[in-house]
Amino acid sequence: MPINTTQVPAHAGARGHSASASLQSWLPRLVLAPSVAISLFFVYGFMIWTFVLSLTNSRMLPSYHFVGFGQYARLMANERWWVAASNLAIFGGLFIAICLVIGAGLAILLDQRIRQEGTLRTLYLYPMALSFIVTGVVWKWLLNPGLGIQAMVRSWGFDNFTFDWLVQPEMAVYTLVIAAVWQASGFVMALFLAGLRGIDDEIIKAAQLDGASLPRIYRRVILPCLRPVVFSAVMILSHIAIKSFDLVVALTGGGPGYSSDLPATFMYAHAFTRAQIGLGSASAMLMLGGVLAILVPYLYSELRSKRDV
Amino acid sequence: MSALEIHQLHKSFGSTHVLKDVNISIASGEFLILVGPSGCGKSTLMNAIAGLEPITSGEIRIGGEDVTWRTPAERDIAMVFQSYALYPSMTVRGNIAFGLEMRKIPKAEREAAVQRVADLLQISHLLDRKPSQLSGGQRQRVAMGRALAREPQIYLFDEPLSNLDAKLRVEMRTEIKKLHQRLGTTIVYVTHDQIEAMTLADRIAVMRDGQVQQLGTPDEIYNNPVNVFVAGFMGSPAMNFVDAVLEGGRGNYALRISTPGQEDLVLPWPAERDTDALASCVGQKMLLGLRPEHFSEAVGHSGAGTAMAAVIGVVEPTGADVLINLPLGEGEVTARVGPDCHARPGERLELQVDMRRAVLFDPQREVRLA
Repeated sequence: MPINTTQVPAHAGARGHSASASLQSWLPRLVLAPSVAISLFFVYGFMIWTFVLSLTNSRMLPSYHFVGFGQYARLMANERWWVAASNLAIFGGLFIAICLVIGAGLAILLDQRIRQEGTLRTLYLYPMALSFIVTGVVWKWLLNPGLGIQAMVRSWGFDNFTFDWLVQPEMAVYTLVIAAVWQASGFVMALFLAGLRGIDDEIIKAAQLDGASLPRIYRRVILPCLRPVVFSAVMILSHIAIKSFDLVVALTGGGPGYSSDLPATFMYAHAFTRAQIGLGSASAMLMLGGVLAILVPYLYSELRSKRDV
Repeated sequence: MSALEIHQLHKSFGSTHVLKDVNISIASGEFLILVGPSGCGKSTLMNAIAGLEPITSGEIRIGGEDVTWRTPAERDIAMVFQSYALYPSMTVRGNIAFGLEMRKIPKAEREAAVQRVADLLQISHLLDRKPSQLSGGQRQRVAMGRALAREPQIYLFDEPLSNLDAKLRVEMRTEIKKLHQRLGTTIVYVTHDQIEAMTLADRIAVMRDGQVQQLGTPDEIYNNPVNVFVAGFMGSPAMNFVDAVLEGGRGNYALRISTPGQEDLVLPWPAERDTDALASCVGQKMLLGLRPEHFSEAVGHSGAGTAMAAVIGVVEPTGADVLINLPLGEGEVTARVGPDCHARPGERLELQVDMRRAVLFDPQREVRLA
């Protein structure tokens, strides 16, 4: 089928010309339509379906008996949900804060024109290449009191050494933080390093001449320049935190008991293993709300700052 | 007392010698310009003075004190950078006050200093803006304000005007000159622009390959260059170099220039400008340096110069004067004549050459002979 409009034979006339012109404008839409339809259906369609289910009394199978916001009320009264939610606050807060501190620290140290920088950078980035499942399994072994770090230090002769957070209900959530920080801080370092490299050398020289010491140069001059980097890092880390599921499943399985549950594991447990689809959907909608609460101000400020410029 | 003294300074990166035996001394209140083509070491020298680059050997004294091994902060200098290097996260006020704050100057004094330089540079209305909200010329002023606030012994300017457009550059150049006249500060200024060097400097150091070729007043550098490089680098359009053979003897030397297809031109060398070096060069090829303005149109026989004539190649009117390209010797020369010259290409033009201001170089060693 000829698409090239300039090659239309003369006798085809104006009609042929306009037909192929309209084909040209419709073809891209036609080609894109299936993928648009699929993503509309599978992303937004299922999102809406989840919302609808969260308003019903669905248990093992979806039902369409609407109960208003009853499932949300049940969720609010559910102690396990509050454990999951407060775990998310602890995990998310610590994970983001520690990643930022370690990432920025590593980036500043790597920025001192050291030898073998490329090797070190790759080394720090490697954990990011692993899936959270692998990270979870590895750290499960490391943190296992019977065969990991605790056993190793005890075998060195420190018989009273205890490091059993993995089996302590009130400490298990911190093991999630350790594993997630180990995985993600290298990535944050890469972000910061790119930001540091983007800073004009002359600014640092100017600060030196102005009499600022190196720590002060970093604190007063360089880090404030990296605000956009901090912002993107927080965005990326916070959605990793909210979506964390595989790490929990592999590392603690939500245990001991449900002490290290996160909303994602809570949702999975209720919707797919405990025949509480309505309750699970309600918790999924609250997670969506959480993500939007972070995303919307971010987009708003991004768009506004573009307008300002 | 000299404000800045540089004594036998050497600097090398590994096996590359970037600064070789630099000796410079300037008095308090002088405006020194380091000029040279890119890669000549002028910025490295500036960084060495600032203390941003350690030197290999030698000595740097500021205000009589040996500062060779002091940190930049301990040297009592301020610097204006090519990229302005303003702190992007601080307001203009914060930028200007930062150096004072780091030196633990009380807040009230800091604010007085900010106000003083803001008035001086007419940037009071910009004090609460961020650098990203300023134009190039405004950023330039803020960068200067940051240097001025500290009132150091020496100001260093690293190609401060090279990021501005042509018109603004001329304006800021005048402004810097005014500021220097008013405040009487000691300034070391790096540029690759020889017009900036000529217009601003009390003294110019022309550099090439890490060596100071000549250190002198703009007048000395322009009229008495020590070698071919300095002569060719300063001045726009550049000095003309013509191959010529030295003839005659003491008191009546002359230079014979042979132009293909024309009669030889013999230019008598003024007797009062004879030097001893010329005696051994009779019969040898020399390099005669003539600036475009050493040529003038022959009007009658009034001028003091030597008459010559040539066929005009290209005519370039610049408004203020006219540049004319003429064949002379093996190549072409540029002559600068008055704007009322209506010569056309292909015509024969009668000119005068002012030999009293011409310079002679050894073509092999490229050093000045007379």
